[in-house]
Amino acid sequence: MRRSTRIAVGPVQFRVGSDWAAPVAALDRLYAAYPNDPARPADATVRLFAARPWRRWLRPSVHIGGDYVVPDALPLPLSMGLLAAEMGMNLQVALGWRRHLLLHASAVARDGRAVIMSGVSGSGKSTLAALLGEGDWRLMGDEFTLIAPDSGDAFAFPRAVSLKNQAIAELAGRVEPERLGPLLAGTPKGDIRHLVPRANAIEAMHEPARPALLLFPRFGGDMAIEPMGAGEAFVRLTEASTNYIALGEAGFDALTRLVREMPAFAIAYPDSASGMALVEDLWAEAVR
Amino acid sequence: MIEPRYRAAPPEALRVEPLGDLTAIFDRRSVQTHLVVSPMPEILAAMDDEPCDAATLAARLAAEFEVEAEGDVGAIVAERLHELAALGLVAPA
Amino acid sequence: MSAMQVLAELFAGRRDPAGLIPRDWDGVIGVARAEAMLATLAHRLADAVLPGPVASLLADQRRAAAVATKQALWEAEMARRALAPERIEFVLLKGTAYAAAGLSCAAGRQIGDLDILVGWQDLARAENALLKAGWEWVKSDPYDDAYYREHMHELPPLIHGGRDRMIDVHHTILPRTHRKTPDPLAMLADAVPTAEGFAVLCPTDMVCHCAAHLLADGDLQGGLRNLWDYHRLVSDFAAADPGFWGKLDGRADQHGLRSEVRRAARLARDLYGTALPSGWDSHDTTDGWFRRRLLARDDWGRPSDFLLQQAFYIRSHWLRMPPAMLARHLWTKWRKGHNPASSGTSSA
Repeated sequence: MRRSTRIAVGPVQFRVGSDWAAPVAALDRLYAAYPNDPARPADATVRLFAARPWRRWLRPSVHIGGDYVVPDALPLPLSMGLLAAEMGMNLQVALGWRRHLLLHASAVARDGRAVIMSGVSGSGKSTLAALLGEGDWRLMGDEFTLIAPDSGDAFAFPRAVSLKNQAIAELAGRVEPERLGPLLAGTPKGDIRHLVPRANAIEAMHEPARPALLLFPRFGGDMAIEPMGAGEAFVRLTEASTNYIALGEAGFDALTRLVREMPAFAIAYPDSASGMALVEDLWAEAVR
Repeated sequence: MIEPRYRAAPPEALRVEPLGDLTAIFDRRSVQTHLVVSPMPEILAAMDDEPCDAATLAARLAAEFEVEAEGDVGAIVAERLHELAALGLVAPA
Repeated sequence: MSAMQVLAELFAGRRDPAGLIPRDWDGVIGVARAEAMLATLAHRLADAVLPGPVASLLADQRRAAAVATKQALWEAEMARRALAPERIEFVLLKGTAYAAAGLSCAAGRQIGDLDILVGWQDLARAENALLKAGWEWVKSDPYDDAYYREHMHELPPLIHGGRDRMIDVHHTILPRTHRKTPDPLAMLADAVPTAEGFAVLCPTDMVCHCAAHLLADGDLQGGLRNLWDYHRLVSDFAAADPGFWGKLDGRADQHGLRSEVRRAARLARDLYGTALPSGWDSHDTTDGWFRRRLLARDDWGRPSDFLLQQAFYIRSHWLRMPPAMLARHLWTKWRKGHNPASSGTSSA
């Protein structure tokens, strides 16, 4: 690998190797504020590679690989190398991490307790978490939330937030320009810019939080709040977990405890402001 | 036709956790999670250490829940038992 | 020294893990994952002094492997429930067999599909019983389907939709068209029971099968793991039975697998330090190619030594098929756009 760098996010230490300098340089800029321990061995390997040697220069396209590779996955153009690196890091964690139950969910914390927001791409979970994180919440993560099987605590995975399309404008106005990555226009998921989490989120990234509220957000449409039973929440969280099966009984324990201890709601909201207000209202109820 | 008989899982094999409308069952032998609704949990609870067939179980359930043990109930229980066997939660005896 | 060489030395006990620096661990962990041996390494180093993050990672691996092994043994149980009513006898093979028999190579071993051996006369009934019990066909391409049935040594793969697990039903150890023809009937006849009542190959057959699988049935990709199985198997069996090596020689001759069994022993000695009896402790210059192929991965986990890879790939096909068949097979595959030279990525 021509270039490489090391990034630590939450409990995971990555080494990222690349056939090109640009994605590694972009990663280094984005993660400059993150602590870096050069003496720590890597848990996970990400590789950004050219399928054939000449593809480094001729119509360069970046394949995402490392410990785990998705066969037949489409490569990205070199201009989106940073996105490839982020996807690569997500992939290795999603398929390889076994210490915690992984939920496809964003999370924010206040006073040692967490709101967990589970949803697919486009549900609004990332944007909502990022906006709350700019207020008086600690951003724990926009993509993955980790649950420790023994204690049931939530742990942070605060990688750079992936803002898509309208979310970019919403956040760009509120944050210092240095915290935004380059505009990656026209990706398979639309326009993307990465947002570096605030200093408090990075400093506290190893601190657990007690799960207190579970939300299934849906952006767009009229305001709606639907309480969700523990059974349905359980099913939806197994669908939102990449490693539930691999964890065996420990995963079952963790998930049963989660759905019994957290009130759960499906929520819909027409815009971010009302979404944030919904979260605050439901939070006030949950921690009473 | 002789009714197939089924044997329940050994006592420590299953963890049964009610979650509202659903029941989550963790099978320690297969390390699998099954999400079931009534009457599955009731059928499992009605089995003891001896192998039994659908008719026997239907009678037990009818007595416990005070419903008529008609032919329908027997047929339903037989189908459910077959499904439970496919999941590995009961074994053909 | 490459990460692959360090990995082999760690397994062999020739390298003290306390002497590794963080960069070394990057490479060792990466290649161990690529070889599907990280959990095996975790067991091998269970009592070693390790840096905190490495110890935590390996503890995760041991825990996850225990779950995976249970799931694999459950597949065997579900196969038994499907086949027992039809009185179809079957023998467990490879990883599931090692786990069922409680062998030391099973510790942390990654198990993929369930592999079983049945008599060829039971093949059709086994197929029906499994389909009835919820398994379905994986391959739907008519050429591949016909190829599997007529020339390979197994039914086309079956997958159980509910559990998302595959079963491979074999009736021989190597493809029917292979230049070597080990005797499956003898293997079935001499199978031994495990504590839970499954059947596994007897010790000499288990070792013969391991050697055949390592050296005669593929291009040695993932060979380090198979070689580790071989090392642990012969070490355990020889420790329990002083006459084991002699019996192994005889059985290998019976199956026509003498050169595979001997070469595997030499490679295990070279890479893992297996103690061999004097008659087995020889040297063969061609072993060097095999050692190189087994260790052909760079410190980022990528397969290296492309030409050597191709040479072994061609060898594997040459072993499996008579020349005319090989030409026709490769022609058909090329026409369908399958490029046998497409690779260059690692996977787990």
